[in-house]
Amino acid sequence: MSKPVIATTSLAGCFGCHMSILDIDDRILELIELVEFNKSPIDDIKKFTKKCDIGLIEGGCCNSENVHVLKDFREHCKILVSVGECAIMGGLPAMRNGIPIKECLDEAYLNGPTVVGNTEKIVPNDPELPILLNKVYPCHEVVKIDYYLPGCPPRADLIWDALTALITGNEMKLPYEVVKFD
Amino acid sequence: MNKIVKFSIDGVECLATRGQFVVDAAKENGIYIPTLCNYPGVKPKGGCRICTVKINGKLMTACTSPVSEGMQIENNANEINEIRKAIVELLFVEGNHFCPACEKSGNCELQALAYRFHVMAPRFPFSFPIRKVDASHPKIIKEQNRCVLCKRCIRAIKDYKGRSIFAYSKRGNRVEVGVDSKLGKELTDELAQKAMDICPVGSILVKEKGFYQPIGTRKYDKNPIGSDIENLVVSKP
Ligand code: SF4
Ligand code: FES
Repeated sequence: MSKPVIATTSLAGCFGCHMSILDIDDRILELIELVEFNKSPIDDIKKFTKKCDIGLIEGGCCNSENVHVLKDFREHCKILVSVGECAIMGGLPAMRNGIPIKECLDEAYLNGPTVVGNTEKIVPNDPELPILLNKVYPCHEVVKIDYYLPGCPPRADLIWDALTALITGNEMKLPYEVVKFD
Repeated sequence: MNKIVKFSIDGVECLATRGQFVVDAAKENGIYIPTLCNYPGVKPKGGCRICTVKINGKLMTACTSPVSEGMQIENNANEINEIRKAIVELLFVEGNHFCPACEKSGNCELQALAYRFHVMAPRFPFSFPIRKVDASHPKIIKEQNRCVLCKRCIRAIKDYKGRSIFAYSKRGNRVEVGVDSKLGKELTDELAQKAMDICPVGSILVKEKGFYQPIGTRKYDKNPIGSDIENLVVSKP
């Protein structure tokens, strides 16, 4: 039997969840024995080259690109897992949800204390750039998500527990100390 | 006149003083009934419905129902825990509960209940309401994004004259718990700390007091909420 195929991505996240995947330490050697990686920042494969078994999603959807990538993952992965608070509930990026977009952009590009040299007062609006959504959405409000691994980031032991369970077809153990929202 | 009554919880025979509220009676028998708006020593309000149990086949709030002879109570049943879980999820989507950025994380009762009921993601859509942070008072911050309107602070935090520091304002789904600006100025350090401790979530914060406890040592990092009651050694007469 061929190895299960895993894909991962970071949408509106900070890459902390990917760091936490690496935090499984030497078990990563075991992992590459067990699975094959497809589209993922870990191996830098940019496009899906085949159907995958498990897709790990870090981050919620804050712009049109995130939605596009997430839908692509849904299409190519049999099982989709929301990894981390941002994927599950928007996380820190969603703290902008109570602030009008224009105010956010003005603060970032015109009025913020770190803005220097934008003398022409340009707010980036090139058609090539993804469009910001009205608010940041959790992944399961955009596509169907099969499993959730909470945490900011999810503990490495939780990721390991869940991944090995999915790969081997066993039940996840989810011990109390590792399922946390922070 | 004290009178001991016999009743049962999930088939286990229990004893208590007649008239005791079911949550307290259960606790004395080493049985945990989850609560949120209830606080020991404060008059019960029956607001959050987390303590829902079935008493003689009827759904009731355990924090406001007095125990009586022969009562048959169902507590730890799938059907009831599912109701409680749904309430916890509703509370999560109703406010803005960003656990990773919250000073109370690890010591928060709402979060601890979510852990206990294995909430991985709420089944309801997030409402992301627009709420304010009120930092205008000298000693405390009132973080409205996190308030679950349990009224514990209103009921329990009084100044030396018995006046409430906290009160409801506005109505309907815009109701909020505010701080009396005059009494808020006179708040003692001790009372400010008591208010922060009595708030089950991170809605009342003592200024400059956040994140002082390392992760791993906080109240619910290792021990589920209620485990202290469940691990009580109950001496039965
Ligand atoms: S501030 Fe805290 S204690 Fe007061 S009503 Fe809100 S959640 Fe309850
Ligand atoms: S604890 Fe009984 S209703 Fe809130």
